[in-house]
Amino acid sequence: MTNPIDVIGSEIQAEFEMFGDWMEKYEYLIELGKSLPIIAETYKDEAHLIKGCQSRVWLHAELQKGKIDFTADSDAIITKGIIALMVRALSGQNPKDIVTSKLDFIDQIGLKEHLSPTRSNGLVSMIKQMKYYAIAIESQNVRS
Amino acid sequence: MNTPTQIAELTDVNSIRAQFPILERQIYGQKLVYLDNAASSQKPLAVMNSIQEYYSKYHSNVHRGVHHLSQVATDLFEASRERMRVFVNAASSREIIFTKGTTDGINLVAYCLRNRLKAGDEILISEMEHHSNIVPWQMTASATGAKIVVVKISPDGSLDLNDFDQKLSKRTKIVSIVHISNALGTINPAASICEKARKFGALTLIDGAQAAPHGTIDVQAIGCDFYVLSGHKMYGPTGSGILYGREELLNEMPPYQGGGEMIAEVRFDGTTYNELPFKFEAGTPNIESAIGLKAAADYMESIGFENIAQQESALLQYATESLSEIDGLRLVGTANEKASVVSFLVDGTHPSDVGTILDQLGIAVRTGHHCTQPLMRVLGIPGTVRASFAVYNTFEEIDFLVAGIRRAQKMLN
Repeated sequence: MTNPIDVIGSEIQAEFEMFGDWMEKYEYLIELGKSLPIIAETYKDEAHLIKGCQSRVWLHAELQKGKIDFTADSDAIITKGIIALMVRALSGQNPKDIVTSKLDFIDQIGLKEHLSPTRSNGLVSMIKQMKYYAIAIESQNVRS
Repeated sequence: MNTPTQIAELTDVNSIRAQFPILERQIYGQKLVYLDNAASSQKPLAVMNSIQEYYSKYHSNVHRGVHHLSQVATDLFEASRERMRVFVNAASSREIIFTKGTTDGINLVAYCLRNRLKAGDEILISEMEHHSNIVPWQMTASATGAKIVVVKISPDGSLDLNDFDQKLSKRTKIVSIVHISNALGTINPAASICEKARKFGALTLIDGAQAAPHGTIDVQAIGCDFYVLSGHKMYGPTGSGILYGREELLNEMPPYQGGGEMIAEVRFDGTTYNELPFKFEAGTPNIESAIGLKAAADYMESIGFENIAQQESALLQYATESLSEIDGLRLVGTANEKASVVSFLVDGTHPSDVGTILDQLGIAVRTGHHCTQPLMRVLGIPGTVRASFAVYNTFEEIDFLVAGIRRAQKMLN
């Protein structure tokens, strides 16, 4: 069975293939960054801060009927745009699908390649963090 | 009416650029505009060739063998030490210790001065210090019970000298201050700081990481006890650097690391240490870097220190004037005495967004806190975008930067 997250990843990849140059791509990311639902102020604290970013990123995860909802925010708009893509792919999905998702669309749309190494590491830490949440919830499900 | 100041680039800047092959590179299909020189400068052919030549013809371990190559390698290595003695105008080459760079030099001093400190003693640093001139002292403070005292900066980014005078006291045992701020470009009055510190019997260290690329350093005129610098910021190789220390002090200090080279005689019942400078150079040194560092110093001299200074000051002035014309751009650090570093913020944008878009245009700048988190906290900002210039940069590149910032502004707002 196909992982629904990787299906969304392919959709995102197809969308990005329409862009003629980096400008259009970044303008799109900036737009996405502006439209990302802002995380509740109470979660913009040290506990929700993701380390390793040049800019600050906050991520909150909540379990809703067996699926994980992610909300996130960043003080930098392009970072926020990238987060929006991640949230679109991963939010509202089963923990198991999140854990096993390949997420190779990030590479395919040239984000890893085009962002600076420091930022790329931040992106990697954000993905790791999202997967950690899923793993944690999965393991709770197994125990209960 | 005031006549506008005439600022002009060096006429032979293109022949200088020709010595730096990396400047020909394209980034994402765009011409590289390298404005991150305060982080690390690019390397001229002379430096690269010196390392190539060393490994092709002269490599061997130094200070070890009786054979010919070992002698030649030792001669080259020691010639580099002498070159760096001249570069900082130390009295003796025994006062020049090869290090991995500025951070390494500060760690050496901070560690080896521990036995001079006790609870209640004070180490004076400033708000504009790089992490590498904070953390080693914090480690020393926690090991000895000494206290770190921090001198404030003025709103323009200069050192608050009144605060310095107030905080300097008989309790002050060490004053460790940056010569030129990496984040703000401020040039501190190193000589007067050292003179005042000396009156209270405090030892002085000047962090010269950012001063080395801008011209001649005279440790005797500054009157410091220690001066540290990195080779890679002055057109030399990474992993190279020197610590200058006053001979009398270096003799009194215990060694830093133990091992080969730093010993006179090793016995299981006790070891005697080698004399200066070898006492502080345990193990096989970074020979190629020392040789590349000499080539870098020679290269700078061949351009002419006054020409480097002239070009950098023209670039700073041109950049300051051009950037000031951008609506919503705020310069961070506007001290009267400044090196060729411009830090700034653009209203309504995050430094990392501006940096990302500039990067797409092939323009390399530094964004973030520049390893000066306490300074950014004092200024109440998340970080800055920083453009820093070297002798090979041009007015045209500054024009690209300005156009890039305007484009980023348009995209982000």
